[in-house]
Amino acid sequence: MSFLKITSPHGHGPLTTAGIMQTVLLATLPGVAVMTWFFGPGTLINLLFGGALALAFEAAALRLRDRNPGPYLRDYSVLVTSTLLCIALPPYSPWWLVATGIFSSVILGKHVFGGLGYNPFNPAMVGYVILLISFPLQMSTWQAPRGLDAVPGVVDALEALLLPARYDAITMATPLDVLRQNQGLLMADLQAQKPQFGRWAGVGWEWINLAFLAGGLWLLFKRVFTWHAPVGLLAALGLCAAIGFDSGSSESGGSPLLHWLSGATMFGAFFIITDPVSSAVSNRGRLIFGALIGVLIYLIRVHGNYPDAVAFAVLILNFAAPLIDQYTQPAVYGSNPVKRDEP
Amino acid sequence: MRATHSIHGGIHPVEAKALSAPGTVLDAGIPDKLVLPLSQHIGRQPEVIVEVGETVKGGQVLALGDGPMSVPLHAPTSGTITAIDDRAVPHPSGLTNRCIELSCDGNDDWVALEGLANWREIDRTALISAISLSGVAGMGGAGFPTAVKLNSPATQPIRTLIINGTECEPYISADDTLMQIDAPAIVEGAEILAHIVNAEEILFAVEDNKPIALAAMQEAVDASESNCRREVMSFPTKYPSGGEKQLIEILTGLQVPSGGLPAHLGIVCQNPGTAVAVREAILMGKPLTERIVTLTGRALNKPGNYRVRLGTPISHLLAVTAFDPKDNQRLIHGGPMMGFALESSDVPIIKTTNCVLVPTEQELPTPPPAQACIRCGLCAEACPASLLPQQLYWYARAKDQEQLEKHHLFDCIECGACSWVCPSHIPLVQYYRAAKGSIVDTRAEKTRSDRSRDRFEARQERVERELAAREAQRAARRAAAQKKAEQGADDDPIAAAIARAKAKKQTAEDPLGAPAGNDES
Repeated sequence: MSFLKITSPHGHGPLTTAGIMQTVLLATLPGVAVMTWFFGPGTLINLLFGGALALAFEAAALRLRDRNPGPYLRDYSVLVTSTLLCIALPPYSPWWLVATGIFSSVILGKHVFGGLGYNPFNPAMVGYVILLISFPLQMSTWQAPRGLDAVPGVVDALEALLLPARYDAITMATPLDVLRQNQGLLMADLQAQKPQFGRWAGVGWEWINLAFLAGGLWLLFKRVFTWHAPVGLLAALGLCAAIGFDSGSSESGGSPLLHWLSGATMFGAFFIITDPVSSAVSNRGRLIFGALIGVLIYLIRVHGNYPDAVAFAVLILNFAAPLIDQYTQPAVYGSNPVKRDEP
Repeated sequence: MRATHSIHGGIHPVEAKALSAPGTVLDAGIPDKLVLPLSQHIGRQPEVIVEVGETVKGGQVLALGDGPMSVPLHAPTSGTITAIDDRAVPHPSGLTNRCIELSCDGNDDWVALEGLANWREIDRTALISAISLSGVAGMGGAGFPTAVKLNSPATQPIRTLIINGTECEPYISADDTLMQIDAPAIVEGAEILAHIVNAEEILFAVEDNKPIALAAMQEAVDASESNCRREVMSFPTKYPSGGEKQLIEILTGLQVPSGGLPAHLGIVCQNPGTAVAVREAILMGKPLTERIVTLTGRALNKPGNYRVRLGTPISHLLAVTAFDPKDNQRLIHGGPMMGFALESSDVPIIKTTNCVLVPTEQELPTPPPAQACIRCGLCAEACPASLLPQQLYWYARAKDQEQLEKHHLFDCIECGACSWVCPSHIPLVQYYRAAKGSIVDTRAEKTRSDRSRDRFEARQERVERELAAREAQRAARRAAAQKKAEQGADDDPIAAAIARAKAKKQTAEDPLGAPAGNDES
């Protein structure tokens, strides 16, 4: 009889790409749940609408590229992209904003470069930055968190999505906005006077960040990625904030804790910069990659024109990743031979 | 016990070693015909010294080694040579090789064997030669001629002999079985090997998933005397701890230099099966004609460790083990990680066959189509050589040989850990094998063209040199003749006339100037 001819190895480990993507999706749940608690169903509506659109765009792009969409859709990668983008979008965004973002992420961020694995930039961040530059008003309109104002219901959320003209948003500057616009107040006074600030950082935002931290730690535990990039980011951001804290003077850039638990810090550290496709490859490279993103986040937050900076910092370092790879090749076995001691 | 060291990467595949019930050896019997390929080792193939129709006895030499990198081949039993021709042999590419077909008579008559009981008093050269004449080649899988490995130059003294009983590859339990049932023979074989290489210490390495083998080895060491420091070392089970380079790092903390040999660290590694074969070769003069093979996989109804004569067709063993073919049936020579699939069972067991794996689709599913690499880096974490497999894959696809070498492609040991973890099911090792092959081709091509260019340039230079030399001679002759003519005209008209005639004659004989070598002047 004739036997099947396949090259070694003949066995395979339990991991699949689809499995990894599903794990990442699951890990966003705590963050999404806390966001929903503080901002209402807007985020969920974004996620559902964006997810459906993303699948449609992915299928269309694959058809255009003459590929059978089935196996590609089942790798869940496009859902990860759309989920990450929709988490980053303000809740109660209009449908066209979500659609433009998803289109930019899936088509311009991913398929233009050849699909999964070939994209030099994080697709979700490509979509986010295109929206932020094109629609700065809509992108900086954040719902006031629970505790500072009433939280909209599902009907409001659908109205905001589908009939944005009729929806009246209850918005409020985010803590990072307040910090950036601070003129002359000591940090302690600023945090005491402005209602946006909570126990450690912004009301709501501190818990959202802690929830994404929890999800991220679970991914770390599941060994979906290594600790290097997140630790690099958090350490560098913390260090910059500590240096720029200036004992809480009116010129202060904010405390490390404030930076760690504000905006998209934890979400970025564990869900965005850990995208393996667009980051550096070696562990040392990822540490440097994360650290440089941390430095950029601080610089843009404190000295730049945008209140939050994760997306820009990530895209800039996506450019730099191949260069980092060039200089951070790990030492291979036997490349630094140690002489055996004489007997 | 001294501390062991950890290595980078590695994986923990399902071991499935219990399936072949390590510790018991079954007899595979003598088939009607044995097929003995001449190449069962790395190196030159031996020269056949028997003819078709000749009757031979067990242990008789069938083919003689041709040079140091060649080992002889012996008859595993008595019978008649019925064919000497090219046949399919166990090889990843389905290669054929010259084979001797021996029709067994079933009597199993053997030639008289004579050992060297007093081996401690015998010169190492004589012992190495005895090992070489017994046809021993590394039985762990690579098949390197054992005598060559033992013959390290005086500039590279060996201090440590490692007996590699790690057997980290899943499913295989041939070494485990040998250690369980024949530990004293392994220890004695190691003693002979240590004597030959003049080692100070012997390390017996066994993964901690083989407690019975470990105990047996420890007992055998305790019960015997030695001039060497000896230690049975166990360490956590992880694939590929049994790779020679990996094992050396685990046991000594040292890394074999890239492109170098363990001998550069004063270390030589041998397989337990090889140690036993060496012992039999020296003590009894018995050539290597059989080995323990793990026949396993859930498509076999009687899996186990079998004592198999070399040359036994795998089809015979499938019958012995009650093979029950299934869908997508594979037949693997070696283990699941590094073994290669055979297309036909009409190939023989050779000196390097430690396992024949016949899995079902359920236990080792055929891989789904490969997806895109998402550069997750799991492969880099699994790589025992600390390579970046995802980058190598990228460069292999781009055929970027410069970057492949810069990323140390040739330090890849092809263990398959990267492919095993790859969530996108990319056959990474296959890419590396192909890339290595094409780089080797490119290098050979370059050497060839460099050599032709050198040769052409050398010839060009020589032709120019010769032309210049001839031109110089002609000029010198012309000048001499002219001078003489002038002198002769003044002094002696007769001499001048003779000189002129001579010069004229020479020009007539050789109008283009004499060839450089023939010129008398």
